[in-house]
Amino acid sequence: MAGVNTINIKSEKTGMNYREPLKVKRSREELFFGILAYIYLAFASMFCLIPFLLVIGGSFSSESSIKRYGFRIIPKEFSLEAYSLIFRSPRQLLNAYGITIFITTVGTFSAIFLISMTAYVLHRKDFKYRNKFALYFYFTNLFNGGLVPWYILMVRYLKMKNNLFALIIPLLFSVFYMIIIRTFMSSIPDSISESAKIDGAGDFTIFIKLILPLSKPALATIGLFVALNYWNDWFNAMLFIEKRNLIPLQYYLHQILSTIEGLRRILQDLPNDAVVELPGESFKMAMTVVTIGPIILLYPYLQKYFIKGIMLGAVKG
Amino acid sequence: MMRDDRNKHSSFIHELNKNKTLLLMILPATIYYFIFMYLPMIGITLAFKSYNYSKGLFGSPWSGFENFKFLFANGKILRVGFNTIGYNAVFIVVNHSLQIMAAIFLSEIGAKYFKRLAQSFMFLPYFISWVIVGGIIQNIFNYEFGSLNTLLTSLGLERLDAHMNIGMWKYILVGSSAWKWLGYGTVIYLASIMGIDSELYEAAAIDGAGKFTRIKRITLPLMVPQIVVLVLLNIGHIFRGDFSMFYQVTGNNPLLYETTDVIDTFVVRSLLQIQDIGMASAAGLLQSIICCIILVTCNSLVRRYQRDYALF
Repeated sequence: MAGVNTINIKSEKTGMNYREPLKVKRSREELFFGILAYIYLAFASMFCLIPFLLVIGGSFSSESSIKRYGFRIIPKEFSLEAYSLIFRSPRQLLNAYGITIFITTVGTFSAIFLISMTAYVLHRKDFKYRNKFALYFYFTNLFNGGLVPWYILMVRYLKMKNNLFALIIPLLFSVFYMIIIRTFMSSIPDSISESAKIDGAGDFTIFIKLILPLSKPALATIGLFVALNYWNDWFNAMLFIEKRNLIPLQYYLHQILSTIEGLRRILQDLPNDAVVELPGESFKMAMTVVTIGPIILLYPYLQKYFIKGIMLGAVKG
Repeated sequence: MMRDDRNKHSSFIHELNKNKTLLLMILPATIYYFIFMYLPMIGITLAFKSYNYSKGLFGSPWSGFENFKFLFANGKILRVGFNTIGYNAVFIVVNHSLQIMAAIFLSEIGAKYFKRLAQSFMFLPYFISWVIVGGIIQNIFNYEFGSLNTLLTSLGLERLDAHMNIGMWKYILVGSSAWKWLGYGTVIYLASIMGIDSELYEAAAIDGAGKFTRIKRITLPLMVPQIVVLVLLNIGHIFRGDFSMFYQVTGNNPLLYETTDVIDTFVVRSLLQIQDIGMASAAGLLQSIICCIILVTCNSLVRRYQRDYALF
């Protein structure tokens, strides 16, 4: 509104009457831009959303309708066959869930403690070896031994094959997250730790009693990132886990999706007469839905923390 | 002289004592890095050895540059390296353009509810593991009952056989990467737009600038630092393929190796399937060295451009 008014004044000053065309041109441009923006965003949203709807639609379709009509968002023949199959022999699924929940919980808390403690030391400007340690941690981002030597160390020398530590250790530390937490800690006024020091508190006490509670917002967001990494990890399971009862959720899903063998194994657990036609395709989709489930349910709640976290990180690198 | 040395020595001990707690606190991460990051560096020698499972890292005989010769002889490494850089270059251009456009449009529209919904939908793929993306790809591109073919037949068009149409996978990979990262990048760019002083827009509006002019003259130029930094950081990793993505999206299909194999998938396959430790570590070492050179170059460019954003 303010814009239109000023143009008015200007045109009166110069005595030229271009008020009308400009206004029309501008509102037309505004309208065109608006339409463009809504179309782009609507397309982008659908592009991101539709794959999920397809998977959900597929999971509720009967196997015969998938074979006849193909996958679609709205099932041609609605069926709960795939889900009932999952819940008839849920032992392996529940076991995989248990493993994932275990490594996510233990991993996230250990990682946050390790990362924040390191960040605390490196944020202390009076710590003499600050830069040397920072270089020590950062250097491996520039150059490292690569996958093969690491794999051989883990398997041959540390005996990590079929060991749950092999799923926790690789995601335990990240220089990137450490830098974010360190930056956050640097924004806490020094006077707080100074006064505690005068009262005779040691460095570790200051860290546990003062800095950690004050860093809660940063720790919570970074904790969620770490938790998501653990939850979605399948690669380390592929490298190190062979025992069926140690397989985490994502790798379990990978086995089901990539091999018919994986599917057969589950079906073996069922009584022989239970399955007439293998609901292979709908079963795969239902399994995918069951795996995404918790994230979708928590998503509305999680989203804002992740946005905060990305913005914390965007400030530096 | 002697006295001086002793002074230095005792002051070092004194220094350690003074920082005892802090040093103890940084010890766990230091040990972690020593074991899992620095120890494997000894294993770089594997690239110059012919690895023998029974003899292990130290017992295996040296083989000079034999592994590298083999790597280059079958020409695979060149194709794989070319694929890695090519895919990453396309990902960078496509992903950043889409993200920047989404961020600008989100910042300009007024409807709050629509805005929030659009952002939620776009951000959703970020939370999903690549395994699930693999499942989605199966759903869409399966020849017999994939939803793409469902759509094509319902429109009266011919079915598409993704596994016969090897070139198609390039687009599927680019699409998957765009899909996964759209929301994430949009958040970063949106944050940088929100940081722009709104007075600039008001002043421009007073001068009669339309939306397109304002975006061209204010928003984009002020986003440039952020864009340059993010793109340079991505270029720093241009020689590193996202293993999970390439492996899961293509379903590790041998028919597609020609077009979709990147260094990381090549290394993992050499390690786990072919079990050629020497070749795998030679390829890995080559990747590490090239990555290091590119990263240092990119960082010095960032440093020259925007000191604050340099990583080191």
